[in-house]
Amino acid sequence: MSRIHVTTTINGDPVEYLCDPEETLLDVLRDRLGLTGSKEGCGTGDCGACSVTMNGRLVCSCLVLGAEAEGAQIATIEGMAKGETLHPLQRKFIEHAALQCGICTPGILVAAKSLLERNPDPTEEEARYWLAGNLCRCTGYDKIIRAVMDAAAEMREAS
Amino acid sequence: MVKVRVWGSLAAATEDRTEVEVDATTLRELLDALAARYPALRPQLDRGVSVAIDGKVYNDSWFQPIREDSEVVLLARLKGG
Amino acid sequence: MALDTKSETRQFTVVGTRPLRPDGIDKVTGRARFGADMTAPGMLIGLVLRSPHAHAKIKRIDTSAAEAIPGVHAVVTRADFPVIGDNDFIADILDNCMAGEKALYDGHAVAAIAASSGAIARKALKLIKVDYEVLPHVTDVDAAMKPGAPVLHEGRANETVPEGMSSNVVARYEFGHGDIGAGLAGADRVLERTYRTEATHQGYIEPHACLAQMGPDGQADLWCCTQGQYMVRDTCAAILGLKQGQLRVTASEIGGGFGGKTTVFLEPVALALARKSGRPVKMVMTRSEVLRATGPTASSSIDIKLGMTKDGRITAGFAELRYQGGAYPGSPVEFGAMSAFAPYDLDHVKTVGWDVVTNRPKQAAYRAPGAPMAAFAVESAIDELAKGFGLDPLEVRLKNAAREGTRASYGVTYPAIGLEATLRRAKDHPHWTAPLGSNQGRGVACGFWFNFGGNTCVSMNIAPDGTVNVIEGNPDIGGSRASMSMMAAEELGISYDQVRTVIADTASLGLNDVTDGSRVTFAVGLATIEAARDAKREMCKRAAMVWGIEEDAVEWKDGAAHPAGPNAGSHPPMTLAEIAAIASNTGGPIAGHYEVNAEGAGVSFATHMVDTEVDPETGAVKILRYTVFQDAGKAVHPAYVEGQFQGGAVQGIGWALNEEYIYGADGTLQNAGFLDYRIPVASDLPMIDTVILEIPNPGHPYGVRGVGETSIVPPLATIANAVSAASGVRMADLPMSPPKVLAAIKGA
Ligand code: FES
Ligand code: FES
Repeated sequence: MSRIHVTTTINGDPVEYLCDPEETLLDVLRDRLGLTGSKEGCGTGDCGACSVTMNGRLVCSCLVLGAEAEGAQIATIEGMAKGETLHPLQRKFIEHAALQCGICTPGILVAAKSLLERNPDPTEEEARYWLAGNLCRCTGYDKIIRAVMDAAAEMREAS
Repeated sequence: MVKVRVWGSLAAATEDRTEVEVDATTLRELLDALAARYPALRPQLDRGVSVAIDGKVYNDSWFQPIREDSEVVLLARLKGG
Repeated sequence: MALDTKSETRQFTVVGTRPLRPDGIDKVTGRARFGADMTAPGMLIGLVLRSPHAHAKIKRIDTSAAEAIPGVHAVVTRADFPVIGDNDFIADILDNCMAGEKALYDGHAVAAIAASSGAIARKALKLIKVDYEVLPHVTDVDAAMKPGAPVLHEGRANETVPEGMSSNVVARYEFGHGDIGAGLAGADRVLERTYRTEATHQGYIEPHACLAQMGPDGQADLWCCTQGQYMVRDTCAAILGLKQGQLRVTASEIGGGFGGKTTVFLEPVALALARKSGRPVKMVMTRSEVLRATGPTASSSIDIKLGMTKDGRITAGFAELRYQGGAYPGSPVEFGAMSAFAPYDLDHVKTVGWDVVTNRPKQAAYRAPGAPMAAFAVESAIDELAKGFGLDPLEVRLKNAAREGTRASYGVTYPAIGLEATLRRAKDHPHWTAPLGSNQGRGVACGFWFNFGGNTCVSMNIAPDGTVNVIEGNPDIGGSRASMSMMAAEELGISYDQVRTVIADTASLGLNDVTDGSRVTFAVGLATIEAARDAKREMCKRAAMVWGIEEDAVEWKDGAAHPAGPNAGSHPPMTLAEIAAIASNTGGPIAGHYEVNAEGAGVSFATHMVDTEVDPETGAVKILRYTVFQDAGKAVHPAYVEGQFQGGAVQGIGWALNEEYIYGADGTLQNAGFLDYRIPVASDLPMIDTVILEIPNPGHPYGVRGVGETSIVPPLATIANAVSAASGVRMADLPMSPPKVLAAIKGA
């Protein structure tokens, strides 16, 4: 089976890799590129732990083929902080204790960032529905939603 | 003598009594005395028990002192999540 | 160890605040390394072949075709593991990790492969030929108890099981006191009901994963996500015949456990593959494997008989509980039987528990194992009787509540406990009197759980610049590093950011019991405080040397050694940093440590309150408002205490409304994925309000109680009681999924 050569951009960095035709973007990120911040909770698109954005669209990277990343702009959790400066969502998650084990956190942060890019002033209900594809078993979501709402408020003020 | 409460299903091993008396001043003496006096308790003692002494639960501490007036209750070995 | 220390009613400076957790940045940036995030040079990928049958004799396994594939480095079956003699506990764990003569459930491991890539391993797995003789199976607990039911094992029943029962019944437990007949005779009404709950899975988002390597000299290293690296070490050593000291286990960050990671599934297999191949082997489960082959909790069937007078006094309580714990003995029915009536002060109480095996995966502990189902039954029955008499359900619970001095149904007499306080707070809370709309109803219920202590070691190293490392041996599953750093800072009198807590591997610290039983904040916290006291004693000694006075003329306060007493003379205090800086000149590095089997943990109670709306057209139940009232003893980091309350409540909501193991007629699991095994999502829920009560635990120097588990006990009945109030139907069969609720409404 011949491998596919892919040229893409991940978190702003030009990246090239070879992957098998059936390999998912999540496998490529984790196993070929060492970007293990995206997590695999299910591999079937049901948990959101693998959330990344592709050309600005929120996707489950376990449902995208590595080959589909050709020419795309991929953003993962590893690109969310700028140098030493955490994204307001990252900061608010720590402040609000919005993570217990933290396995869902990368996916939820990527998804929440994508929400706030589209809708800087979501209602609680909108935030809950947007994040409904991201499972968290530890927190009961209370502190996650509070952190997202608080980060949104701070980002609105700053802009 | 220390009074020891055993749970219902163990009464079959203790002459149908749910409260028995043994001579003991420590947890280890208590478990040894129970095993000696009621050999039919042995399988359960081998599987493991916890012992509540005055409301606090002990699992292993052989030399935990027991007073004559202590409330001593045998419990199934506790495990959690 | 005797824990007779009286907890201090003291003013805390660090404990009780909400500092940022030390591993926060790693976890929000993707840097934290979980079980599947580790690699090793030359690593192989290991995969498991699993039984497609619920019950089958394994007649022959032919691995030759698989072994012939280039890139396959090792194949193991049960034949590659030693025979375990007379230790049923270990033998069952091994049999669960790799089937022996029979496959006992759908998903049971029968062989494993290590290959140079996942793709090759997947291809080779298909070439392993297993010759099965399919046997009749049973997955339901009541069916498994019937004479003539398909039998999993012969001879596993212990001496408590009466003659003549199915061999699937392996243990019987009985607790209680008084005379049930007499108690029921004094009741104005006796309610008899049967309740059923389905098995649910812990549902941690991180699948099991590990990376193993082993040399021919028997030295091995294992990296894995677990609730207890020492448990993994000791279990794997026993299964594989290794020396405990030769196997070093490092716990990765752990992506949830809730009890499900208190045993092993992949780890012995990965070690066996690594031994055979001579290469590091990484294994990661798929979600379907997690659901099919790791521990869900037990399913249950419970008969209740409850007597009540018309003014709400419970005259007698009887429960017969039947739990199936999968293919091996060990369902948590004894804890169900012990905890069922534990919140109440009853003169006549009796519970009987039956442990039953079925063709399902071996159950693993799940947050307060065994208690939620029992509480569902008892709390539903109390509610039904109270409502029948037109009584306030909180008043009825207050009237019967266990208090200090109550003899619990499981035998002990309670010391100071917080149940009554949670009930009173619930009654005074605005939630209790808030208005409700149509099709809406409110429910309450109580819950009880034990807390554990256990083996614990903590070391504390003082660096030359006066910063401090706490070294502990329990994986941080929900912020415990923060709590330990806080308790260390409190005791040393320094600031929180001067302390960093790290989790040791098994070679670096003595035995630590598994992170379970809500034990970590209690027991590891206690050891951290004592290790700090040990370090303080040493620092006082060093100051005494410098000052040329007696050691006992020095006392520690506010982060510094002070001369104290009549003969101390006057010396300016020496801070921790000043003493640390001259440690080399005063005898060498300064460290504190403490090793203990922490015994004497307390018990914990909670009251939950929920408002639900039941859609009469669809049967869907919506959670509108939820409040948790629980005693934390002393909340070290209140935000993480709230998090435990909220997380447990929501797991309970899932158990009550959606989650269930569904088996087909062929005994295979029908919903082995997160799409069909549906755990609560953000849009299902409101905020979860919490009220933390602090009734100090006399067994802990700061009064801390475990808080992790109790919160999953009350929700099942709380919600069933609210559904009854909202819709008039009493759901005795979980989950209360829309079709069931709708059928009940239509049938009513
Ligand atoms: S791993 Fe992609 S959605 Fe779960
Ligand atoms: S914090 Fe553990 S799954 Fe969300």
